[in-house]
Formats: sequence, C-alpha cells, structure tokens
Amino acid sequence: MKTDILKHHFVPEHTILSEEEVSKVLKEADVRLDQLPKILPDDPVVKAIGAEEGDVIKLNRESRTAGEFISYRIVRE
Amino acid sequence: MKGIIKKVSDIDFGLMSPETIRKMSVTKIVTPDTYDEDGYPIEAGLMDSRLGVIDPGLKCRTCGAKGGDCQGHFGHINFARPIMHVGFADTIHKILRSTCKECGKVLLTPSEKEHFKTILEEHMRNGEDISRIIKKIHLKAKNETCPYCDVEQEDIKIDKPVSIVEGNYKLTSNEVRERLENIPEEEYIFIGINKDVARPEWMVLTVLPVPPVTVRPSITLETGERSEDDLTHKLVDILRINQRLKENMEAGAPQLIVEDLWELLQYHVITYFDNEASGVPPARHRSGRPLKTLAQRLKGKEGRFRSNLAGKRVNFSARTVISPDPNISINELGVPEMIAKEVTVPIYVTKWNIDEMKKYIRNGSDNHPGANYIIRPDGRKIRVYEETKETVMENLEPGYVVERHLKDGDIVLFNRQPSLHRMSMMAHEVRVLPYKTFRLHLCACPPYNADFDGDEMNMHVFQTAESRSEAKTIMKVQEHILSPRFGGPIIGAIHDHISGAYLLTHRDAIFNEDDVFEIFKRSKMALPEPKGRQWSGKEIFSELLPDTLNMVYKAEICRKCDECQKEKCPYDAYVVITDGNLNQGVVDEKGYGSFSGKILDAIVKRYGPSAARKFLDESTKLAIYGGVMIRGFTTSTADEEIPQEAQERIDDLLTKAEVHVEQIIDAYNNDELEALPGRSLRETLEMKIMQVLGEARDNTGVIAENYFDIGNSAVIMALTGARGSMLNLTQIATCVGQQAVRGGRIERGYKDRTLPHFPKGDVGAKASGFVHSSYKSGLDPLEFFFHAMGGREGLVDTAIRTAQSGYMQRRLVNALQDLSVKDDGSVRDNRGGIVQFRYGEDGIDPAKSDYGRVADIDRLIDEIRLEFGSK
Repeated sequence: MKTDILKHHFVPEHTILSEEEVSKVLKEADVRLDQLPKILPDDPVVKAIGAEEGDVIKLNRESRTAGEFISYRIVRE
Repeated sequence: MKGIIKKVSDIDFGLMSPETIRKMSVTKIVTPDTYDEDGYPIEAGLMDSRLGVIDPGLKCRTCGAKGGDCQGHFGHINFARPIMHVGFADTIHKILRSTCKECGKVLLTPSEKEHFKTILEEHMRNGEDISRIIKKIHLKAKNETCPYCDVEQEDIKIDKPVSIVEGNYKLTSNEVRERLENIPEEEYIFIGINKDVARPEWMVLTVLPVPPVTVRPSITLETGERSEDDLTHKLVDILRINQRLKENMEAGAPQLIVEDLWELLQYHVITYFDNEASGVPPARHRSGRPLKTLAQRLKGKEGRFRSNLAGKRVNFSARTVISPDPNISINELGVPEMIAKEVTVPIYVTKWNIDEMKKYIRNGSDNHPGANYIIRPDGRKIRVYEETKETVMENLEPGYVVERHLKDGDIVLFNRQPSLHRMSMMAHEVRVLPYKTFRLHLCACPPYNADFDGDEMNMHVFQTAESRSEAKTIMKVQEHILSPRFGGPIIGAIHDHISGAYLLTHRDAIFNEDDVFEIFKRSKMALPEPKGRQWSGKEIFSELLPDTLNMVYKAEICRKCDECQKEKCPYDAYVVITDGNLNQGVVDEKGYGSFSGKILDAIVKRYGPSAARKFLDESTKLAIYGGVMIRGFTTSTADEEIPQEAQERIDDLLTKAEVHVEQIIDAYNNDELEALPGRSLRETLEMKIMQVLGEARDNTGVIAENYFDIGNSAVIMALTGARGSMLNLTQIATCVGQQAVRGGRIERGYKDRTLPHFPKGDVGAKASGFVHSSYKSGLDPLEFFFHAMGGREGLVDTAIRTAQSGYMQRRLVNALQDLSVKDDGSVRDNRGGIVQFRYGEDGIDPAKSDYGRVADIDRLIDEIRLEFGSK
C-alpha cells in the first residue's frame, strides 16, 4: 500500500511556480535564484508533485505565529 | 611596532612542496644539539642564529635585525627515508583505494568520469563545496580490475595511525610515495586535488620544515638553567633518529635495523605533528607530562584559535567583587576609586576643554579626577609624573589626547559570565565611590543572574566616541528592561522591593502625613501637594504612576478562587488603576517584579524606557523606605510555628496515610490489587502509594496554612512572590515529604531493601524515603540519609545540565552568528541567501511584542473600558 504523502497532516501545500511567477517572486524578495532556500530533487514531496531540478516550489504552511506563511524553495542538489 | 600594510587578494589552500620548503629554508639542520658549553647556538643546530633570535642583545644572522624585531626564519631537515604525514593518512588511504595500483588512474569508467567531471566543474565555478561529490567518487571507484590496464586490484586498508596495508603486505612509505607520484595529473580532479597548488605525493614527506626559534622560544629559569620548548625537544628526537638512520643506511646495516629506525622516525614525526593521534602512545616529557606539539597548540578551548584569535585579552578593563547599592540608579554602576584611577578615557584636547584637561594633569595620576598619559599628535605616549607634569601641561595644545581618569557620568560596559544573552553585557553610567567593590542596583541583578555571595564582574571602558554613543543609545540598562525572550520586563523589583511594596500598599497601610513626606524625601521623589490628612499606602504608590495609566490585573497574592469576585476580592488581589491612581489591590511581584511586572511592563511599553527607569528607581526606594524600613521586616523559624493541636492533627494524618499504604501493600501481596490501564501491577502499587503519600503531605500543608496568617513575614514573602514558596514553609513546619531518585521512590541500596534497618522486601513509606519529620523538628538519621540521596541527585543534575546546555549554546551560536534581519524583514546569511522570508514568519520583534503576541485584545478592551468608563 502506498500512502499519498501530499495528504499527510504534516505536509504543507507545495505548488510548482510558472516562469512568470518565479521572476515575480525573485523581484519581490530581491534575490537571485541561487539565494533561495533549496529542496533536494530526491525529496519525497518533490518526487510526488513531479518537480524537476531548477523548478521553484511555493510552500504554504500553517504558522503558529503568523497563521499562514508562504515561502519559496528551489529544487537543486 | 609598525608593519607594512598589504592587502590580501586571494588565498590558496594547498600543500607545501619539498622545493618550497627548501627554498624558504635558511639552513639545513643536522646537529641534534642546541647550545655549546659557552651557551652559544651551535651552527646547523636547532637554535642556529640564522633561524632568528629572541634575545634582544643578539642580531639575527639572516636579516640582521635585533631580537624582537626579527620574526624568524624557517630551516629544514632532510629525511633519510620518506615519512608519512599523520594529518593526511586518511586522504592517502582513500586515494590509494580509488586508484589503480599499476597505472595510477582513478577506478571509474570513462562515462562515469565524464559525468563527475561536469558536476565538479559546475560546483567549482559556483564556488561551492565539492567534498560531498569527492566522497561519492571514493565510494564508486571500487572496481575489482582497472578499466584501463586490466590489472586486478587488491583491497587496501589503513592501520592507524599511518600504515597502509595492501592484502597482507604493508606498503613502505617509499612505495606509497611512488604510487602517488604515478597518478596522472588529469586524474587529480577526481580525488579532490587542485593541480595548481598540490600534488598527492607531497603528502609523504621527504623534507621537514623547522620552525624558527621565535615559534619555540627557550626559557631561562631563575637558576640560570635553560629549558627548551616542547617542539624543540621533539625536533631533537627527530634529528637524532634521522641521523642514526642515515648512518646505518650508509654503513649497509641489516634491513631489520634500518626498518626499526625508520619506524621510530615515523613515530617521532607523527607525535611532532599531533601528540593525540589515535593509535599512537603520546610522547612524554621526562616528568611524565605529555608534550604539547603542533596540533595541541591549535586545538580546543586553550588552543590558538579559540583563545588567541577568536578571543583576546584586552586593556582598559577591570574586575572585582560586586555588592548591592539600593541608592544608585539602575543605569549606574558604582566604581571603586582605585579602579577609576587605573582605567582611562582618551579625550581630544580642544581649545574649549584645554583648561579642564590641564586640571586633570595637575592632579596627576594619584589624585582622583586626574590623568595618566598624554598622547602627542606624533603618536608618542607620555606618562604623567609628579616631576614632569608642569612641563607636560605647558606643552599641551589642541590636537593632543589626554587619557584622563574615569569619572562620574562616563559610560562603561559591564559584564558577568557566562554571557548567555545580550543582557549579560550592558552599558552603565559611572559613579565613582569609595571602597573596593563594584556597586550594582538590585534591579540589574536578574539579567546578569548576579548575586552577592562573592560574584565578580568585569567592566570595560569605551575608547572611542562612536562606541560611547552606540552604547548610550542601545546598550544602556534601561534599553534592556524588556527581554526579547518573552516580551516582558526582565529587569524589575526583587526580594525586599516586593515585600516592601506589599507592606506599603495593602489595605491597612495608613501613614501620617509627616511620615509620608519623610518617605518621599528619602526616596528622592518629587514632593506632592499636602493633603492635610492621613495617607493610604495606595495613595503614596499612586504618586509614581503616570496620570494616564489605566489597567486591571490580578496580583500574585490572588488565591485563584473558583469564581473571581473582581472588585470585591476579599484578599485585595484585584488591582485596578484608573488615571494613574491605584484604587484597588496590592502591588507585589505581578505589579513590578522582574519577569512578571505588569505595571512596569505597561510603563516601558507606553511611556518608554526613560520613564520606566525613573519608575524603577523611585518605586524600589519607596518600597524600601516606605514599606520595609518603616514597619521593619525580619523572619525566623518562629514564623513557621504551629500550635500543638495542629501538630497532633498532622501526626494523626500521617499515621493514617501510613496505615493506608500498608493496606495497599497488603492488597498487592494478596493479589487483590487491580492494575491500572497500561500499567503493570508493581507500577500500579508504586503509583497508588505515591498518590496516598503525596496527598497526605499536601493535607499537612493545608492544615499548616490555616495557621499562617498574612501578618507573618515568611508568609508575606511566599504569597507576594518576594522569596520562597508555601511549599517551602510547610516543609519547614509540618512534613518534608517523599524523597525521589530517578523520578520515583527510593529503591536502590542493598538487596531487596534500601538500608539494613528494614526487612527485605519492605516497600513501606519509611523504607522508601518518605520523610515524616519537618525541617523544624529535624530529620531522623534514616530520613536524613534518604534526603541526602535526593539532594545529591539535584546537584548532579544541575551540573550536567549546565555542561550540556553550554555546549548546545556554543553550537547554536556558531551556526547562527552570521545571520541578520535585513531591511525588508527577511533573515539572510552572509551571502544573501534566504533563511526565512520573514523573521519569525510574522516579522515581529519579540522584545516589542506583548508577551510574545502582537496584542492582548482582552486586556486592551479592559483598559479602554476603564479609561472611558471613568470619564
């Protein structure tokens, strides 16, 4: 039996960003691509959502302090 | 000493080649001796004067400079046979395992090489770490036969410290070096070597650099005897064996002898580099002390890095015992005159302050507001002496710098170790005082975690205008009243301040107007309009509160009744402040104590740190002079006295509990006890006994508490939160209770029993560490023994906890020290990489928050209601 990890209580929402969205995020946060936090290509969630090296993933997680918190990660070794 | 200023453009990390070592060497060292009979350095010896000089009278034969100016020059020793370098033994082993024994190529297929090469080049271009990839290559390069010359490979193992064994044959360092030489240059990239700065065979030494004498100075003892540095001792050993090895080889000695000497030379070179290498017995001094060789000089807390580079001894600092002074401000620090005359502040002389500066010079270095040195514009430093001060004063003109004594109002940095948080170092204003201790306001104790049982603290004097102004704006004590740890005040009233405020503000505190004005005067407060009648304590305290302050909260003495009667609280624990008037309730720990003071918290947050400083300065004095000093405050064991009838009830209660415990044990023995869900029978028994005994102790406490009234000093301290707790008091008065080791009743000691005084298998209350006696009546010997067992566990635990948390803190700080919050609210590391897109995810500074939250809505509503309800 294989469980769908994306539905797990502890796994926040991951979405792959389109190119326009990526450039918008980079501009807003004033960062280069290599300054984003990374997520490994062999991360189970990355595999589950089918992201590839170089993709930027948006994470929307519950936060104890802010209610909802959005961060971005780049898939990279 | 003036040096040449150069700018570092880049740094190469590589290995030193034998040629480089020889090129930088000024002499070959061959003689294992240091000095001749006359005490002169021997030519080509370890102390050769071409290696530099330490004695200021001698001249260096290489650079001609006198001792002290010459930084020394390297020499070299030629080894008779190659010697492995301990520091690279593991690397050598890994390289040999991954390369072919015949052709020296890395044991990867051409396609694998292609793949790794692109990854490696990509990483190197980005300036990223390649060690993980190299690790992967070493794991993969394990072909049984070489893909290039089809030679079968044998398994290569490392035998600590430096022996490389292939199959069953131990490779000599000569063979190891040959194999490393055999690796083609284009293969270097796969074993993590940059061909521009290193070659693998350089990891096997053929020549050893000899550090200059300035690195290993000999010391002359009082007896005139010379004592050499550990490194020199080790180099003597190396030279001696190297010489013998060379002679034996030249004489054509048997292979066995040569190999033994070679082995011995290898040992000496290993311990010369690292005397704590695994698998090697440490080389020892004649006295039995292990030698401190190269690695030991650098490693660890006392090593070069942590003790000389990351941390340094500084000037303009002082350390002495601290003691309290309730009469100074929290911002101030009492500095002994003796210290004020030693540490100085540099002041630039201008035409406006030249007369003042002359006054300091006239006072000299022995009279208090004086000066110790003046610095001329050319940089010369001149000491102010009694004889020379007149001429010095005449020459003084704008542009000079005068190092004058510390005086009132100067700003200094004050620190107590361990410096665990930023409040461990705060800026204070100087008050020069008589006697020999630093004087500290009591409110400043909690952030430093200081007490006066002999604590010492350090003071540092700022030397530049920039540092002074920075300290004044962000490091002053008043700027740290709010802690970034929990968003409340960490600086606040303690102990007597709290008992005092309670005594001043409780319901029955009424003062004659004469006394009231005396209190105000002593507390150095502004005098209010006379009322022409008696004052309540609450009215006195209200003088401190800002006129616009409105708040409600429950005081520390609150009994947490099931239903709060609010304004009608029978204990006066419901505090109501309207328009700066304390209408109801008492001021205690919850009012202005450190860590929990609500009034203090409100004042800092709404009226700013200066107002809070004034409030603390005045309220603490008011509590001392108006509360504690007027009534008088003392405690003794008489405070824990309970009447005979209470004692009888307690004894009765404890006997009953003991009987109950016996019943439970009987039930257990007769298999009548029923196990609780998820517990074994034995665990159930333990839990039930613990519960019965715990309840019994608590009930004795309740009985005692009925006889403790609020007029009792010990009780005042416990209830207001000044010091001690009700548990402490009832343990003194009635029953100490169960002693615990490892979280349970005491069961260790002899076989089946804790002490030989009990029958085997006794698990009753007395036999497992229940203390029936009170501290006041005294413990019997058995109880005392159990009590000591429990007490010892407490001590051991705290000792271990501090060590563990200290190490954790060190690692945390090392990991986080370069992170900073940028203008846009993001947390970034030093290359601009994002750690958090918004600090703490909500971007809130905890020090400015309301106990960690943005706002406490319920409280705000209460306050607004109060403010507008009263109008």
